[in-house]
Amino acid sequence: MITLFDKPDNVWELIANGLPWTLTLAASSLAIGFVLAVGLALLRLSPITPLRWAAWSYVYFFRSTPLLVQIFLIYYGLGQFEAVQKSVFWPLLREAHWCAILALTLNTTAYTSEIIRGGLQAVPWGQVEAAKACGMSVLMRFRRVVFPQAIRQALPGYGNEIVLMVKSTSLASTITLLEMTLIARKETSATFTIEPLFVAAVFYLAINFLATRGVMALEYKLSPDLRDAKRSLPLPDQEPVAR
Amino acid sequence: MSEALALLAWGDGGWGDEMVFGAFVTLQVATLAFVLGIVFGAGGAAIKLSKVPGVPLIGDLYTTLIRGVPDLITIYIIFFGGGQAAMAVARVFGYTGYIESDPLTTGVIALGIISGAYSTEVIRGAVLAVPKGQIEAAKAAGMSTLTRFHRILIPQVARYALPGLGNVWQLTLKDTSLISVVGLVEIMRQAFVASGSTKEPFTFFVTAAVLYLALTSLSNKVFDKAEIWANRGVRRV
Repeated sequence: MITLFDKPDNVWELIANGLPWTLTLAASSLAIGFVLAVGLALLRLSPITPLRWAAWSYVYFFRSTPLLVQIFLIYYGLGQFEAVQKSVFWPLLREAHWCAILALTLNTTAYTSEIIRGGLQAVPWGQVEAAKACGMSVLMRFRRVVFPQAIRQALPGYGNEIVLMVKSTSLASTITLLEMTLIARKETSATFTIEPLFVAAVFYLAINFLATRGVMALEYKLSPDLRDAKRSLPLPDQEPVAR
Repeated sequence: MSEALALLAWGDGGWGDEMVFGAFVTLQVATLAFVLGIVFGAGGAAIKLSKVPGVPLIGDLYTTLIRGVPDLITIYIIFFGGGQAAMAVARVFGYTGYIESDPLTTGVIALGIISGAYSTEVIRGAVLAVPKGQIEAAKAAGMSTLTRFHRILIPQVARYALPGLGNVWQLTLKDTSLISVVGLVEIMRQAFVASGSTKEPFTFFVTAAVLYLALTSLSNKVFDKAEIWANRGVRRV
């Protein structure tokens, strides 16, 4: 993305060079992670005990260990095995950015599945019974009754997850990926000023501000039943849960 | 498998003792930072709940900034900024050499500030959960501000805040791994060094993961016990 030779003079421009990577990491891991998380949440609620147990273990491992361990396990750890080095995945697993995306995706899947599970469990059982009584199939019940309400319920929690993932992309700097944090840290080491770090901080704040606004707008759009006609965007929720 | 176990042996032949020592450093940083964070959190909650106009904004600024910026950036700012600040002070006294921040101090201060932002929200919520009537009743009974504080407010705030503080502790414990980037020899750093010299990174990062799992699981148990203790006077349905 940047080379040593075309280094911009302006520190804002310099940090902005890392923005595409930061956004790519956050967006791709959130998108893939969300799909996987829906599946994982369903496994967590499955009537089959081994499946439930496997999903629980996955969530427990990824939520109880630091993301940095997970990143290092994938980037440095997997190369220890010759089988991995000879496999078709090696060209991908050798690259820092694929490892970062993989680690971030696996991590957000665990956290998001818990948020979605909470949403699924919040749907009143009577509605499922009513849908059954109307003759809906399992799939149709899920698509028309359970899922839309679960998502609405899970949205505030998922907004926090988005912010946490945007922040988490900074850990990709530890495996040589030139996203905003690594560029800022290198520039700080080179110039002996901490200005680049503050500039990067402003970028992260801006992304997170826009993301939370986006989620709030979506929340507003998805809950016509809870708003009165004249009120505009609701105020930000001040109490996200600590991760 | 037996080779991996030999690598993790105790003493000069293996890395077992080094890894466990790293776990103690992790626990030490996490504990100091968590306690510092509660101090910041109590201060932050007091500021956010202040009735003086404009003052709560300072608290909002603190929590919004810290929670919106990656922890790694905060750590770097305190690490590099702290070194520069120390050098600026030293220059006044005639010392012009290079000063580097101490990783342990950096870690405790940085994680203290970060966990403090989360603790602020937890403690603020807990204070708001104490019924106002109780404070009024204590006043009517003639209790001084201090007595009201330690007899009425603190015991109940502690009870309401415990589950949230348990979350903050987990977060702080996991965040200590980030201090390895500024050179503190805790679990991650130790695993990294061992991986480099043995060329067996998977073994050591799995060991690190197991140590973190043990620490989080054990501390979960402690917080569960603490919650039961704090709720001993509450009748359950």
